Amino acid sequence: MEVAESDESLLVRLRAGDESAFLALVTRYQASMVRVARSFVPNEAVAEEVAQDTWIGVVRGVDRFEGRSSFKTWLFRILVNRARTAGVREHRHDTFDPTEPAVSPDRFDATGAWAEPVTPWESDADDRLVAATWGPSLRAALDGLPERQRDVVLLRDVEGLSSEDVCAVLGISEGNQRVLLHRGRSRLRTVLESELATRGR
Amino acid sequence: MMLALRRRDELVCRQVVELVNDYLEGALSRRDRRRFERHLRACPNCTAYLEQMRVTVAATGLLTPEDLTPEATAEFTRLFRSWTDADGGGGGGGVDGTVPPA
Repeated sequence: MEVAESDESLLVRLRAGDESAFLALVTRYQASMVRVARSFVPNEAVAEEVAQDTWIGVVRGVDRFEGRSSFKTWLFRILVNRARTAGVREHRHDTFDPTEPAVSPDRFDATGAWAEPVTPWESDADDRLVAATWGPSLRAALDGLPERQRDVVLLRDVEGLSSEDVCAVLGISEGNQRVLLHRGRSRLRTVLESELATRGR
Repeated sequence: MMLALRRRDELVCRQVVELVNDYLEGALSRRDRRRFERHLRACPNCTAYLEQMRVTVAATGLLTPEDLTPEATAEFTRLFRSWTDADGGGGGGGVDGTVPPA
């Protein structure tokens, strides 16, 4: 299996004006960038413009990138800064119930204990197998999350940013980040659980 | 299990699932972490739940980016060439500030 070239190595090539390095970075981040930008701007077209503007900033600013943060943190910070200037949404319909339980209440008995046993999942399954089997439903579930939850899960769990970096990029508090992450991850778990149940394994 | 539940101090499963993420994030107070771990030792269901959450996080981390469409690749190639040509030795626009003129 081929090993993906690191961002740092692609940046070295990008500084030298290498087009294929640029395209490799775009391929790696464009979809996530448009998704995150979409939470700040009125529509998909503006989100794509914001992502494109961000790439101009990257190409023109790459010499000034000093590597004090990771490339992707730098990238998403530029993106969110630009998204904020590009368009304030008239109305955020991203209200989620902060008391929404992680697990449906009917799964518990009157004492608060599990009503039915929880089935362990095989966690030692081959990574590529997991990715191939669950990838499509996970992706759909992620896209279906309320926007702020999706942004946090996307940056933390898909892109692998630290919680500090996610807070800095999105301009949210540590506590808020944890709540959004908790809700988002809990929903994804529920989706995988029902996926496994329907497959009857 | 039922005996443990009678102690006011003990967590019940319905509470544990709300603490799982803070546990994974290392954000529980020392006292809550102890209560959480004490519950897990006695509860195979919550242990399985915690493991499911770990698998969920790991599986999310395995999501790979979709490939660019051929149209998008062509468009970004064109843009890259126009930006790098136009940029000459000028140094270009701000990184954090305003959008440079097209």
